[in-house]
Amino acid sequence: METWVAILLTVTTAATPLLIAALGELVVERSGVLNLGVEGMMVMGAVTGFAGAQIFGDPWAGVALAIVTGALFSLLFGFLALTLATNQVATGLALTLLGIGISGMIGEKFIGIPGLRMEPIFVPGLSDMPVVGRLLFGQDPLFYISIALTVAVVWFLFRTRAGLTLRAIGDSHGSAHALGIKVIRIRYLAVMFGGACAGLAGAHLSLVYTPQWVENMTAGRGWIALALVVFASWRPFRVLIGAYLFGAITIMQLHIQAMTLSEMTFLPGAIYALAAWVKSVPAQFLSALPYLATVVVLVLISRNRRLTMMNTPAALGRPFVPDR
Amino acid sequence: MGPSGKPTLLEVRRITKIFGELKANDAVDFDIAEGEIHALLGENGAGKSTLVKMLFGSLQPTSGEILWRGKPVVVSDPATARKLGVGMVFQHFSLFEALTAAENIALSLGGNTPISRIAEEARALSQAYGLPLDPGALVGDLSVGERQRIEIIRCLLQKPDLIILDEPTSVLTPQEADKLFETLERLRSEGKSILYISHRLEEVKRLCDRATVLRHGKVVAHCTPSEQTPASLAAMMVGNEVAAVARPASIAHGWEPLLEVRRFDQPARGPFSVPLRDISLEVFPGEVVGIAGVAGNGQGEFFEALSGEVLQKRADQVKIAGKDAGRLGATARRVLGAALLPGERLGHGAAPGMKLSENLLLSRHASDRKAMLGGGILGLVKGGAVKRAARRVIEAMDVRKSAEDPEAAALSGGNLQKFIVGRELDRQPRLLVVNQPTWGVDAGAAAMIRQKLIDLSRAGSGVLAISQDLDELFEISDRIVVMADGRLSGSLKIAEATREKIGILMGGASPAHHTGHMEDAA
Repeated sequence: METWVAILLTVTTAATPLLIAALGELVVERSGVLNLGVEGMMVMGAVTGFAGAQIFGDPWAGVALAIVTGALFSLLFGFLALTLATNQVATGLALTLLGIGISGMIGEKFIGIPGLRMEPIFVPGLSDMPVVGRLLFGQDPLFYISIALTVAVVWFLFRTRAGLTLRAIGDSHGSAHALGIKVIRIRYLAVMFGGACAGLAGAHLSLVYTPQWVENMTAGRGWIALALVVFASWRPFRVLIGAYLFGAITIMQLHIQAMTLSEMTFLPGAIYALAAWVKSVPAQFLSALPYLATVVVLVLISRNRRLTMMNTPAALGRPFVPDR
Repeated sequence: MGPSGKPTLLEVRRITKIFGELKANDAVDFDIAEGEIHALLGENGAGKSTLVKMLFGSLQPTSGEILWRGKPVVVSDPATARKLGVGMVFQHFSLFEALTAAENIALSLGGNTPISRIAEEARALSQAYGLPLDPGALVGDLSVGERQRIEIIRCLLQKPDLIILDEPTSVLTPQEADKLFETLERLRSEGKSILYISHRLEEVKRLCDRATVLRHGKVVAHCTPSEQTPASLAAMMVGNEVAAVARPASIAHGWEPLLEVRRFDQPARGPFSVPLRDISLEVFPGEVVGIAGVAGNGQGEFFEALSGEVLQKRADQVKIAGKDAGRLGATARRVLGAALLPGERLGHGAAPGMKLSENLLLSRHASDRKAMLGGGILGLVKGGAVKRAARRVIEAMDVRKSAEDPEAAALSGGNLQKFIVGRELDRQPRLLVVNQPTWGVDAGAAAMIRQKLIDLSRAGSGVLAISQDLDELFEISDRIVVMADGRLSGSLKIAEATREKIGILMGGASPAHHTGHMEDAA
């Protein structure tokens, strides 16, 4: 049992940064902006999170610094793509490359230094419950934040007037402008929110996941977050499902690869047979499994084309230039 | 005080708007009294939309002033305009398809009134004005007429004193338009002012108290429409008399149909697409067949099926010049002698970023292979021949352009439409299928295009024209069929067709069904 709880704990640790970054990008894309710079903003968050914790001796200072850095870094994208109306795809890619480069430069002197870990918060009483207690009430603080953030994003997008305005801009910026909605200003705010989330997700990597700085330590998680948003058809709860599914399968396949068959004999028959089969396929296939499974599941749950089209921001990626 | 003795609500003094080198509005003067319906007339590009956008704060004037109840005001943005009491119903609806009617209304109201309250108010107001509306419906699912009702309700909820309507009837059935006129007359009787922009001179004459006519950005006349005829109003707009379209009697050129569609069904292709049901249609040589209908009843889908943008299940569902074409793409259909003119100019009718000559080659490289391609199987482009053909089209259609061979996107909508129509006519096709032949084209050019469609048919070709403009179909068609809810009515000979009959069919009822209703009422 202990083993299983430990494994499930690593699942939430793997899922949390994906969830946070994807939620930020979801809000950005709902406003009609496609920011492919998530990976770059995330890696900037990772390095500044680590640096902040080192300098101030407190992981929370690192988190704050990462959030601010992510938001400021996204402003660069905002200025180019929103004010100057450059191509969003190219600008986003440039932001990613820039982020990887700058973070490598900043992080040079942090390589090999042991980092500060964010300690888990045990909710008194509740965390003593068997299995679920540790899983739901004995996690790192960013886990709680990520769940609260999911609920907050749902509430904001679908229950508030500001969220309605944001979705309207994503549907048709021309119509929104004609109604007198400040399209560019709201998109700036959305982009900065996305940047802040990516920064926070990066801080999770360097303060919780593996408390150290390694160059390019996001390792493509920003891209996974981007894909999650699309496959979740721009719905926050589906992003949550996708992030956890991806996290779970990543961790499971790692464990299956590491264990020998004799170590797995405690498993129930069917699962043992499945694990045995999985072990017999090439390792490359196993590494691809999380991607494959996430895509398949999210495609299946969003197979209602009508609903998908209603949720797809129609103005996504189109630059807006008001006619003045 | 206005000329009618009522106090002046809005006055515009010498307002000018310059875009680069173009004077879109040049010292425009006019005023609107309280409780007046004032028409703003003019051709495409005359500057009507620019003027209206300045009144609503979407654009800022270069010079001149706007007076509201006698006081000069600066309308810096739409929110300011709404605060003054100006409401606007847009020509190209400014609605959000993915949101509900109530959410759309809420967005323009500002403030934080709960959506449910807004929905209730909208429902009450829609009942009071006889404009049925379901606040919970998704806009993407609604017809164009229903969408316009949302725009009007949204505008009325802001309790404006001046309502600006930009070509409101261009997308409505005659019956829906009548209903709209009742609403407008009622608003006038309540003391509201209306600025009414339209191409339809008949309705301006019927509805409006006064009119201001713009030409090339300048005011050329203020007049009282009831004292004018549609022809005299058109003459003021264009600057000279518009030639009437001549439709000589149709001559039978044979009984082999050039286009034959038999019992064709097609399921909806997306959430906002209309399924086509049991469509049969023939177009014979020497005739123009018109398809009437309110936008969004399957005309676009039917055109895509005919043009080969969407293929049919069986080859014999569409026949062109007697040959099975159902499984052929657009190019192969063109080779069979069909010319295909989509309603969307940019993206379907022409590639925006390519030059006119390149666009001509794109649509005719297969049908005019000998003239335009050389080098045997290599198919090398004969640049000179293509450019000459483009020049020929430009001259024949009087396409006004800024450069020798500009990109398609650089042309105004009306001029691009002239080029696209001319490009296909230049081939002398045996069959021409055209969707919205004169959409957004001004009166003079529209008359020319219509005449050319008739001339083509009289030379022995078949023409199928899909249009929302009933006047246009009455001018050019020998037979009219009506499309409603993805079905095609039986055809009416032009001599038997009346606006009323067509209007009833456009509403989706079969004529017999409707007669029954009238008997009930009697």
